[in-house]
Formats: sequence, structure tokens, C-alpha cells
Amino acid sequence: MEEIGRGFVKALGLLISGDPQTWQIIRLSLEVSGFAVFFGTILGLPLGAWLALRRFRGRRLLIALIYTGMGLPPVVVGLVVYLLLSRSGPLGVLNWLFTPPAMILAQTIIALPLIAGLTMAAILGVDQELRPQLRSLGATERQIAWTLLYEARVGVLAGIAAGFGSVISEVGAVMLVGGNIEGSTRVLTTAIVLQTRTGEFELAIALSLVLLLISFLANAAVIQLQGRSLRALL
Amino acid sequence: MRRLLILLAVLILAAGCGGRQPDVPRLRLATTTSTQDSGLLDALLPSFEERYGVKVDVVAVGTGQALAIARRGDADLVLVHARDLEDQFISEGHGLERHDVMFNDFVLVGPTTDPAGIRGSKTAAAAFKKIAEAGALFTSRGDHSGTHTKEQAIWRNAAVQPEGNAWYRSLGQGMGETLLVTSEIGAYTLTDRGTFLSMREKLPALAILVGGDTIAQNTDPTLLNPYGIIPVNPNRHPGVNGHLATQFVTWITSPEIQQQIAVFGQERFGQSLFHPGAAPSPQSDPIVR
Repeated sequence: MEEIGRGFVKALGLLISGDPQTWQIIRLSLEVSGFAVFFGTILGLPLGAWLALRRFRGRRLLIALIYTGMGLPPVVVGLVVYLLLSRSGPLGVLNWLFTPPAMILAQTIIALPLIAGLTMAAILGVDQELRPQLRSLGATERQIAWTLLYEARVGVLAGIAAGFGSVISEVGAVMLVGGNIEGSTRVLTTAIVLQTRTGEFELAIALSLVLLLISFLANAAVIQLQGRSLRALL
Repeated sequence: MRRLLILLAVLILAAGCGGRQPDVPRLRLATTTSTQDSGLLDALLPSFEERYGVKVDVVAVGTGQALAIARRGDADLVLVHARDLEDQFISEGHGLERHDVMFNDFVLVGPTTDPAGIRGSKTAAAAFKKIAEAGALFTSRGDHSGTHTKEQAIWRNAAVQPEGNAWYRSLGQGMGETLLVTSEIGAYTLTDRGTFLSMREKLPALAILVGGDTIAQNTDPTLLNPYGIIPVNPNRHPGVNGHLATQFVTWITSPEIQQQIAVFGQERFGQSLFHPGAAPSPQSDPIVR
């Protein structure tokens, strides 16, 4: 157990001394997961709003698929993306395999259903009377959607935070499609796997603590952004 | 909504501040965990990268997976250690020619208490037989790596069918993890000497029981572990950087780099982890020339 204590000291040391390798890994982790959440949000918000507000054939099936997707095993996503991006695969010409774009693509696929599903749930949770009221005030469908999205912002932000939390901490997909290449596709989670594999538990614990810290800061930032509306809820 | 936009802006900013890598030519080397985890590639590669102005991307996986990656054209060359699989890879047309790079040896490690009494066995096959008879715990990589392939060959030599026995634990893990598990549960396992030496201080419960303290003391020639390098066939896989791969082969087999391989690890472990060049033929004894 003393590894955890030593790991804690080591984590502080790595961060304070500005160890270039550690910081490069942290930067890449943020970059990959940040872009994945960004794309997941761009696609997930409209998708969630659409599912919440429109009635169409196949909607239930789509919702069931989204809910299934919220629990997609990262390693399965990684495997499919790997086969897609392989030079022998349909998207091989992109030459993305074992590069950060491949990792962003895989993590976007992981984050998207989470963000879309939680956005949908949040909008459905908004007072159902609001919609006819807005319409009677002459709001267009687009204005209604924006208003409902705004009213549901606490839940939506929670969805985005959940998406970030799941991709920054996943290892299965980035390991497969990134290859854990030093200085190029090594992120916090794959570095932790590598250090554990070689028995460098102190360094593994140190990187784990850094990962937890990032996750904490991201969630704290979301709570801050949710601001008054959340405090009202609590 | 504005707050949402602010959050997005923050995320983009966070994402964007990552330093972009300069666009240098890249050579992708699919190899085994032992060459990377031992630190050998970290020690060798900078000189290649400097001389040719390229970046070598090392994908370190088991030999089986390394060859699978290369079979799909996703690597420019492979550095692996399972001769039969390598020959098959070439005969299928995926690889050009194989070059000897270096060799080391496998050893059989297990609990210092040695419950199956294998210490001093002349060959690994004899020791495997004793382990099976005693029903002592044995951990297998179980991942089609070079080490796993070698282990299966030794079981065949011992005329033992280990799969399905309660004492045989197939882990599906890399060498490092397998050694850690082996140490924790008090089992026997087959490992390359280099990985074992580089992790020795983390494996207090394990000792080398068959294979001797150095490669010169290894009495079983079947435990030789030669590493070969094979450029992927650019005619079969058009995306492959064949020119750079050939340069890499010339470089790693050059006397200068071979000398660096020979001395690597001597300072830290008191012996070389890898020996340069072609492995001696199985008939010669002891197994180091």
C-alpha cells in the first residue's frame, strides 16, 4: 500500500517539476478527449433535442439504440474503428490509424450516445407545459428547441461532463487505435497500463492521480458553469 | 445557452493548446513488448531518428498482434521473435526478407520454494513434465506472442496437453503482467531473460529455475530466442514506406548499432539483455558463441 503514498509524492513532483513527458501525455489526453467531447456535443445536442421533441417512426428503436450506446464497451468501439481505419479497411486512405485523429474518432463514438441520451432526458424533464406556451407566443420550432435546451442546461451540462468523464478515463479504444506510441499517441490511461505492465506502480499511481485530478477539475468547472441553476436545485 | 457556448469554447481551447507535432516522415515499427519494455528501443532509436530526420512510431504488442497489424498493411516493418510465424508471414507474401537482428534466451522462472522440484532440470521440456505431474500452478501468456508460441512448442516436446487443467492459467497478458501475476500466485512461467532481469526487483518471490544465471549457462538450446526484422512488402501493401523500412534494416544490422545492442543493459543488470546478430545453431553448446 505504501506505493499509493509514494505515488502521490511522485505525482506532485512530476507536475511541479514540469516533467516534459508527463505534460505531453496530459496535453494529448486533454486534446483527444476535448475534441471528442466537442464533436460529441456538436452532434449529440441536436440529436438529443430532435429525439426529445419530434415524433417519428423508429424513434423508440433509435432511443433504445442510443441507450445501448451509452454503455458501449470502449474496446468494441476501438476494434471497429481499428478495422475501419486499417490500411486494408474502407477508410484506410485517411492514414489515421495510430494517430490522434483515430483516437478522437473512437472517443467521439463513445461520447456521442451519452451526450445525446442525457440531453434527450434533460429536455424531456423540462416542464411539458412550456412547449405549447411557447408556441402560443409565436415561437418558431427552432426557438422552442433553443429555449427548451436552455431550460434543460443543467442536465445537458451533466451529459457533457459524463461524456468527458467516460472518454478521458477509457483505455480500450485509445490503446487499440492509438497504439500507445510514445510521444505521439500515449495518453494518461495507456501510460498507466504500460507502467502497471512493467511493474512501475509508483509512476502508475502518480499518473492515476493526475487523471483523477483532471476529471475532478472538469466536473468542478461544469458545476461552476451550471451556476445558480444548480444551486437552486440543491 | 451562453454558458454552454462558454463551456464549448473552454473545451476547444483546452483541446487546441496541445502542441502539434512537426510533420516529419514516420516509420511505423510493430514489435514485441520485450524490445520496448526493456528500454532497448528507447536507447537505440534516437540515433536513427536523428540521422534520417524521421520519427519512428513503435507499436509494442505481442508477436502475434504485431504480425496481424503488419498483415493489414498497418506497419512498415516488424521486429518479432517467433520463427515459424515469421516464415509464414513471408511465405504469405506480406513480408520481404527476414534479417537476424539479435537473440537472447528464455528461462523458466518459479517460486523460490520450487514445489515441483524442477531446479536443475537440463531441459525446459523435462521441467514442464515435472510441473504437469506435480500439478503445480503454471501461468501462460496465452496471447499468441513469441513467448507463448515457444511455450506451446515446449509442451509439445514434453508430450503434455496443458490446456484445460486447473493448474494451467492462461492469462492473455503481456510478459510484465504475466510475471507480476506469477509472482503473486506463486506459479511457474516461461519468460525471456531480458524482461525478467529488467523487472527482477519487483518479483521477489520468483527465481530462475531452468536456464541458468546467464545465457552462457543455459543448457537447453531450444530456449534460444532469436529476433528477426522483416520489412512489410510494399507491393502487397501500397501504403507502406518501403524505402525507409529498408534503411532501418540496414541501420539496425550495421556494426555500430549491433555493438550498442551488445552492451545494452550491461551497466544496469551486469549482463547483456540482447546479443547481436544471428543466433548460434542449436547444435553448438553452450548457446553463446
